[in-house]
Amino acid sequence: MNVAPRLRPRTLAQVHLPTVTLAHGGGGKAMKDLIDDVFVRAFDNAALAPLEDQARFDLCDLARHGDRLAFTTDSFVVDPLIFPGGDIGKLAVCGTVNDLAVGGARPLYLSCAAIVEEGVTIDLLRQIAGSMASAAAEAGVEIVTGDTKVVHKGACDKLFLTTTGIGVIREGVNLGAHLAREGDVVLVNGLLGDHGAAILSARGDMALTTPIESDCAPLNGLIDALLAAAPGVRFLRDATRGGLATVLNEIAGASQVAIEIEERATPIREEVKAFCEILGLDPLYLANEGKIVVVAPPEEAEAALAAIRAHPLGARAAVVGRVHPGEAGRVTMRTVFGGRRIVDMLVGEQLPRIC
Amino acid sequence: MKYLDEFRDGAKASILVREIETLVASMDIPDEKPLNIMEVCGGHTHSIFRYGVEGMLPKEIELVHGPGCPVCVLPMGRVDDCVAIAEQKHVIFTTFGDAMRVPGSRKSLMQAKADGADVRMVYSPMDALALARANPTREVVFFGLGFETTMPSTALTILQAESDVVTNFSVFCNHITIVPTIKAILDSPDLRLDGFLGPGHVSMVIGTAPYEFIARFYRKPMVIAGFEPLDILQSIWMVLRQIKEGRVEIENQYARVVPEDGNAPALRAVARVYELREFFEWRGLGSIDHSGVKLRDEYARFDAERKFAIPNVRIADPKSCQCGEVLKGAIKPWQCKVFGSACTPETPLGALMVSSEGACAAYYQYGGVKHHEAAE
Repeated sequence: MNVAPRLRPRTLAQVHLPTVTLAHGGGGKAMKDLIDDVFVRAFDNAALAPLEDQARFDLCDLARHGDRLAFTTDSFVVDPLIFPGGDIGKLAVCGTVNDLAVGGARPLYLSCAAIVEEGVTIDLLRQIAGSMASAAAEAGVEIVTGDTKVVHKGACDKLFLTTTGIGVIREGVNLGAHLAREGDVVLVNGLLGDHGAAILSARGDMALTTPIESDCAPLNGLIDALLAAAPGVRFLRDATRGGLATVLNEIAGASQVAIEIEERATPIREEVKAFCEILGLDPLYLANEGKIVVVAPPEEAEAALAAIRAHPLGARAAVVGRVHPGEAGRVTMRTVFGGRRIVDMLVGEQLPRIC
Repeated sequence: MKYLDEFRDGAKASILVREIETLVASMDIPDEKPLNIMEVCGGHTHSIFRYGVEGMLPKEIELVHGPGCPVCVLPMGRVDDCVAIAEQKHVIFTTFGDAMRVPGSRKSLMQAKADGADVRMVYSPMDALALARANPTREVVFFGLGFETTMPSTALTILQAESDVVTNFSVFCNHITIVPTIKAILDSPDLRLDGFLGPGHVSMVIGTAPYEFIARFYRKPMVIAGFEPLDILQSIWMVLRQIKEGRVEIENQYARVVPEDGNAPALRAVARVYELREFFEWRGLGSIDHSGVKLRDEYARFDAERKFAIPNVRIADPKSCQCGEVLKGAIKPWQCKVFGSACTPETPLGALMVSSEGACAAYYQYGGVKHHEAAE
């Protein structure tokens, strides 16, 4: 990184009011104070420091990581902003990091755009920016550019974040939903449905208290280990909104294959099962924020499973199903009861605003 | 999960399936005329699909998915009334989530919400009452929906509102009763049913006696069934035993929950708050005498039908929709002309496509693997 010269260290401005007002979005000193105090202080890195309208990268530096760029964006509107196991900031970093990593890319740089409703406390913003910074550090990425807007009360719900990310795809890695073949094995890296259940229960309108925490985590480290051990892996995807069921349907559709999973083999925490039981939800459709679905060729399935299990975010990994002959595009499940059922795409929404 | 996994045990299921196969083999049922057993309740339909029960049964048994999904049988005109109430400026309209997507002739409650109406999902009528207390300047209306299962909780909420003198709370009452509906199905000329799985949760409230006429006058066996897959298999086996032995009785497989006499406090609350309507309109089945309830005059001030001007217009079911025939077991969901084409869960034409307990939505969502494979 040689294009962003270290500037003379300057003192960061501070906000002295307890809450955000429309003045903080006005483009003047108040806005600069807010950006300095909240975001620049937390994100602190060489590319961000000049505070130009854009971050600048050295192409040669990027090319050392691989031969193609990966580029992705995601918006975050989760309600509540802070939930067991994470907050909107951690989610916004992990979500975009994971979207890059499942394409076989090394995530490198993120942007962060914040839409803030007037009246939100500065302390809350500091907390969220702090958690973005630690998630970025954990994932080994830098937040290098950003934008802040303040809107009237009611024009958004407290805080919306958008993160955009750039990563570089390793040479020779070609992952795709259309690459699944008969005999391939489907794996997940751990317990499913924690995020969806945690958010729903954190909202409090179910009058249920549960110890369930969101699984929100950056998965690029685990994916590095997986791709090193099983370079023939065909496809990866993080099972976010719509859960495992939705990802499997996407694979079955894109590859024109059938997939059958075993209910017995699908790892789901007892608390999540009970939570779903009471509310009539299906855990296969619950969102995850730290889980990937892996399609591996049969000869690499064992190596893939071992590599995932060796990583701290993959201890409860399991083979959940197989690509098998059958009607193209169809996902089925062998139930614990001994029956078979079709696992279709979710129509509409099971739950609103989980990410 | 304790007390649930026991009722989903695959090993026990295969023993029961073998028992059912043996029984069926001894009954000499012709291939072209399988035994039609109707599960009345939408909760059963959901379990049957969720666990793949249908595919485990011998081909001589056909399950017919009955009318016991209150969201499914709600006619368009009533949805229009909901929307009309919800669109009044000072109203907070509260409903169970399932009812949000039911199509009206103009729009669903979900569309009304998108257009600016204050429609909120609740999990209990008591949540709606709490909203009324928290918003004294607004009128909070609860969409009372369901069979005898949910009728008592709405009644008890009204009694609570009465004793707490909450004046800005009312109920748009669309509660319906199961017995006249089963009778209407039994009276239907295209009836092709050989037995029933009786509703578990309704029976927990009303007990087993109200079904006696089914055995006595219509000579059809019924087994009141629990909702776990083993409950359902065992109940099917019990119906088959009755048929095989030439008995027609109302048996109770779900005795761990359903007392013979029902739930007395719940029944008292129901009797105190509601009276029968002369008739109620059902989607797909038409008007059925005495099949719905309304609030008694003493509770008129909690009755949204009297508190608000509602259009109360009867809207005919779409012509192409064959929900009624599916409900009566005359055709299977996938034999309907519009199944999966004009009528899908995203754009439901008929009510059976709306709720996850509706037979068509269940087929579409979970798919009868048996019928798909038969069709291939």
